Amino acid sequence: MFKRSEQDKRPPVQIFVDGVAVAARQGDTVSAALLASSRDVRRSTAVSGAPRLPYCMMGVCFDCLVTIDGVGNRQGCLVPVAEGMQIEIQKGKREIGK
Amino acid sequence: MTVAPKREDYDVVVIGAGPAGLTAAATSAESGLSTLLLDENIGPGGQVFRAISSTPVTEHSQLGADYWVGADLVKTLRASTAEVIHRATVWSLDRNLDIAVSIGGASAFVKAQRVILATGALERPFPIPDWTLPGVMTAGAAQTMLKSSALVPDGRTVIAGQGPLLWLLAAQILRLGGRIDRILDTTERGNYFAALPHAFAFLTSPYFAKGLSMMREVKAKVQVVSGVTELAASGDGQLASVSYVAGGKRETIPVDLLLLHQGVVPNVNLAMAAGVDHRWDDLQLCWSPVLDASGNSSVAGIAIAGDGAGIGGANAAVVRGRIAARAAMEALAPAAAAKLPTMATLRADLAKAERGRVFIDTLFRPAPQFRIPVGDTIVCRCEEVTAKDVLDAVAIGATGPNQLKAYRRTGMGPCQGRLCGLTVTELMAQARGKTPQEIGYYRLRAPVKPITLAELAAVPKTEADIKAVVRG
Repeated sequence: MFKRSEQDKRPPVQIFVDGVAVAARQGDTVSAALLASSRDVRRSTAVSGAPRLPYCMMGVCFDCLVTIDGVGNRQGCLVPVAEGMQIEIQKGKREIGK
Repeated sequence: MTVAPKREDYDVVVIGAGPAGLTAAATSAESGLSTLLLDENIGPGGQVFRAISSTPVTEHSQLGADYWVGADLVKTLRASTAEVIHRATVWSLDRNLDIAVSIGGASAFVKAQRVILATGALERPFPIPDWTLPGVMTAGAAQTMLKSSALVPDGRTVIAGQGPLLWLLAAQILRLGGRIDRILDTTERGNYFAALPHAFAFLTSPYFAKGLSMMREVKAKVQVVSGVTELAASGDGQLASVSYVAGGKRETIPVDLLLLHQGVVPNVNLAMAAGVDHRWDDLQLCWSPVLDASGNSSVAGIAIAGDGAGIGGANAAVVRGRIAARAAMEALAPAAAAKLPTMATLRADLAKAERGRVFIDTLFRPAPQFRIPVGDTIVCRCEEVTAKDVLDAVAIGATGPNQLKAYRRTGMGPCQGRLCGLTVTELMAQARGKTPQEIGYYRLRAPVKPITLAELAAVPKTEADIKAVVRG
């Protein structure tokens, strides 16, 4: 859906999405890195299980909800990637304790 | 990386680091007031100057001169004594000007003499069939990715809707080598006539020449379909096609990415939760705070600047930020205020910056069918409530958005009505034969953004706090 412009010279950052290494760039938000990864990163909703991807990318729609380093329901569009960050795509409701 | 505020009390707390917030904080700090700027994003700029200090887009012409204006605002702010905290989510503001802010998973509390809300705008909901499918996003979302990560659409891409941002985004995507297959322009034909009486102010505003050249640039490279009167996404778990009607003819095209945009509206959540009076704006079709000429709201000590005060654009936001800061100074440090341009000068600047706005608002007033959906189209994305669900609730007695919560949970999901509130108000107003003003809006309360119970539980408590809730 999205590709990176060649002029982007930012240093790489490695994150893990459901355990798989994904190349991101310094300054990417988690959501931008996921959308740029060309992986299937659709979450499924808590209400009906419908698949969703980020919609607004500016912190208002909450369709980018994702588990980051063990903490569930984070807004991926507001969190910058960090080396070694562990991302889990949320399927359905978030789990107790996460 | 994330630090709590250095003090417990400030003269001025500014919330939001877009054009209005950057200007308000810098102006206030330069005049000697202790100033704290809290912003939710990773860096300064808000939406219009998103990633201004970090964008990987190095070719200045690609984002345009209007974008780089933001760099000067940031420079001025950084040269001032204002304390700035990013990734700081304000989740409560009340009538006592007590502010609760979540920073790095912990909450801090500060008190202000004056609060300047510069929480800006968000894109108007665009509830078409299957707008919740993966592959449907807002135009602003694509622009955010373009500015902050130099990401551009790659697959089959359609942009649909209307308004200045749509053309700017299209031009930027093309300049960065991205793909756009078609633009579906939903501007109503009748709007051109309605806007005509306001054309002179627009023709003599800077918007005109810029807008015209951008539209020419885009139309030279992309097929533009105007007069689109129906629009629907479809796909099985993933966007597969877009179908539309233009000139009475229906067409369906395969597509990977659909970017929607029909203007922006004030982001009212924090202001409303603080008790600021709002009223329905019949031209801009949204809620706007009731403000005096200095940006002061109905809550003593809270002013609103920028698009959160009613959509005016970035140039107007800068001036409104300056006006709100001057008003704070007049209240707290009148001697320092005398050194600033007079209110009369600033208000003249604002009138100049707002020139042409009525024309734009009238021309790009979204059509009813794109604001008030029918049938199975989802209204509330969080709780997955359709237009029919809302009408059914009205039929059995739901009178307004707050009653509707009890029937259908609309607005009670994590977005707290940001993506459905306007639709619900207009839908219920239409169904009940009332005005949006009569129907009203969700009653918003803190926390205006979700925080964890663990974070709340970790907040320092006094003996009295504990006694108030513990039995026996």
